Amino acid sequence: MSYRYDYEVITQWIAPGEKVLDLGCGDGSLLKHLAEVRQVQGYGVENDPDKLLACTRNGVNVIQMDMEKGLAGIEDGFFDHVIMSLSLQAMHNTQGILVEMLRVAREAVVSFPNFGYWRHRQSILNGRMPVSESLPHQWFNTPNVRFFTISDFDALCEMNGIAVRERLAFDEGKLILDEPNFLASVAVYRLGRGA
Amino acid sequence: MIQPQSVGVVVPQRAHFAEPLQLRSGGTLPEYELVYETYGELNADRSNAVLVCHALSGSHHVAGHYADAPNNSGWWDNLVGPGKPLDTRKFFVIGVNNLGGCHGSTGPISINPATGQPWGADFPFVTVEDWVAAQARLADRLGIARFAAIVGGSLGGMQALSWSLQYPERVANAVVIASAPKLTAQNIAFNEVARQAILSDPEFHGGHYYAHGVVPTRGLKLARMVGHITYLSDDAMGDKFGRSLRHGKAIYSYDVEFEIESYLRYQGDKFAGFFDANTYLLATKALDYFDPAFEHGGNLPAALARATADFLVVSFSTDWRFSPARSREIVYALLHNQRNVSYAEIESDAGHDSFLLDEAQYHALLTAYFDRIKV
Repeated sequence: MSYRYDYEVITQWIAPGEKVLDLGCGDGSLLKHLAEVRQVQGYGVENDPDKLLACTRNGVNVIQMDMEKGLAGIEDGFFDHVIMSLSLQAMHNTQGILVEMLRVAREAVVSFPNFGYWRHRQSILNGRMPVSESLPHQWFNTPNVRFFTISDFDALCEMNGIAVRERLAFDEGKLILDEPNFLASVAVYRLGRGA
Repeated sequence: MIQPQSVGVVVPQRAHFAEPLQLRSGGTLPEYELVYETYGELNADRSNAVLVCHALSGSHHVAGHYADAPNNSGWWDNLVGPGKPLDTRKFFVIGVNNLGGCHGSTGPISINPATGQPWGADFPFVTVEDWVAAQARLADRLGIARFAAIVGGSLGGMQALSWSLQYPERVANAVVIASAPKLTAQNIAFNEVARQAILSDPEFHGGHYYAHGVVPTRGLKLARMVGHITYLSDDAMGDKFGRSLRHGKAIYSYDVEFEIESYLRYQGDKFAGFFDANTYLLATKALDYFDPAFEHGGNLPAALARATADFLVVSFSTDWRFSPARSREIVYALLHNQRNVSYAEIESDAGHDSFLLDEAQYHALLTAYFDRIKV
C-alpha cells in the first residue's frame, strides 16, 4: 500500500541518528525503515486504535494523539525532521498542522496526492470523481477531506511564509520534472521556516 | 494460539527479610515479611520475569485461585495466564503484597517486635519508593537481576515508574497504566476525605483498634464509597443505575431508595469486611506523597532522565481520577529524554476501573506489547 519511492525520497533527506516524528504513521513501516537504515530515534503519531496496534506489533514507538488539535506537549524544535506522508489531505486543520510541524522540527517533510494530476482532471471532465493509485478511495468512503494540487500547496506555502527547500514530484515511481502539476500524481516536499 | 486459560490453583509464598529497611519517612522496619505469588516458570537465563504491582486495594493474588476458594480469582486474572496478554507460557510473573498491606506482608496488623503488640498506628509511613526497595530485595532473593517488564495500574503504575528511576538497570520495560506522575490537589482531596472518614470513626481508637477488639468499619466503608465514586465514570454510573428507585417511587427515607445508594453501601460493606483501615490510610498517603519530580524542582523530564526502560503508557478516555492528561505528562517527559515510549488512550466508558477490565482494544495492545518483549 505504501509508495516506496515516497519512502526512498524521505530517507535520503534524513541524516543518521536524527530524531524523527512521523505524523499519521500508519503501521509504522516508514519509521521501522528509517530505524533500520538511518538509526533514527523515531516516534509515530496516530489516533486510530488499529494503527496503534500495528505500530506496537512492528516495534515502533507510537503516541496516540489527535493531530487536528496540534502537537501541544512536544517541545519547540525538538525533532530534526517531522514527516507527514500522504496524510495532509486527510486533515481539516491544514494550516495549523503545518505551523505545528515547523514548530516542533527543524524541517518538515510532506507528501500528498496531487489532485491536479492529468488522470484526475480527465476523470472530472468525464463527470466522475477520480479514483487512482494515489487517490484509491471512492468519494463516499474517502478519508480525505482536502483536495488540492501542487500549485495550490505552493501558493499556501508562499502565503504562510513556509520555505520550500526541495520539491520532488512523481508519477508511477518516476521523477517528473516537467509540468509536475499536470503530470505528477504525488509530490514530496522538504519545508522549512521562512526567512 | 490457545484459548486463554487460568493459571489454576496457586499457593502464596513468604519471604522473610532480616535486614532492616530504611524508609523515606525516616523510620526503619527492623525486619519484615513479604507474601507473594508466582505464575509460570523462571527461564534458565532468568530473563523472563515480570513484576505486577498492585494498586490501593490489591494484593499479591494477581491470578489463579486457591484450592479452597475456586471462585476467588486473582484481581488481574484476565491479564495473566496461558494464552492471556501476559502469557505465563513465556513469562515468569510475580505478584507481591506491599509493605503496610493487610494480605500477609508485614503491615499494621503484624506484631511489632518492640512491643509484642500489633503495630497499628505505629507502623511507619511507607512510600512508593519504599515498596519498590522492598520488591527489589524480593527480586534479589528470587535471583532476578533484571525484569523483562514491570507492570502496574493506578498506584501500581506509580511503582512501575518508580522502579525505572530507582533501579533503571533492572527494568527492561515499564508498563504504566491509568497512572500519574503525581496526584493533583483534587485527587489528594478525595484521599483526605477517605482518611477523615476512618480517623473520625469512634472505633478507630487512634489506630489501635485491634487492642480494643473493634474495627472502624463505618469509616472504612465511607472511605471506600467515596473512592468507588471516583473509580467510575459519570456515564457508567448513569447507565448502570440512573435514578432507579428500589420502591419505584420516593418513600422519603434515609434507607436505600436509589439503586446507586444500594450499590455503594454494598461495595463499602464488602470492602470494610476484609480490608484493614490502617493499611488504607498508609496506602492513600503513599499515593499522595509520590512525586518523583519534587526533588527536581517539579521538573518531570529532569526526574525521568534516569530511566532507561522502554515504556508503554496507557490511559482510559473516561478515567477522571487518573485522567489521560496525567499519563501524557509521563509520555512527554519520556519523549524529552528520547526514551522509547508508546502511548494509547483507550476508549472506555468504565472510568478508572477500566484498567482492571478486558476491553478488547486494551488487551490487544498489551498482548502486542508483551509479544515483542524478548526474553
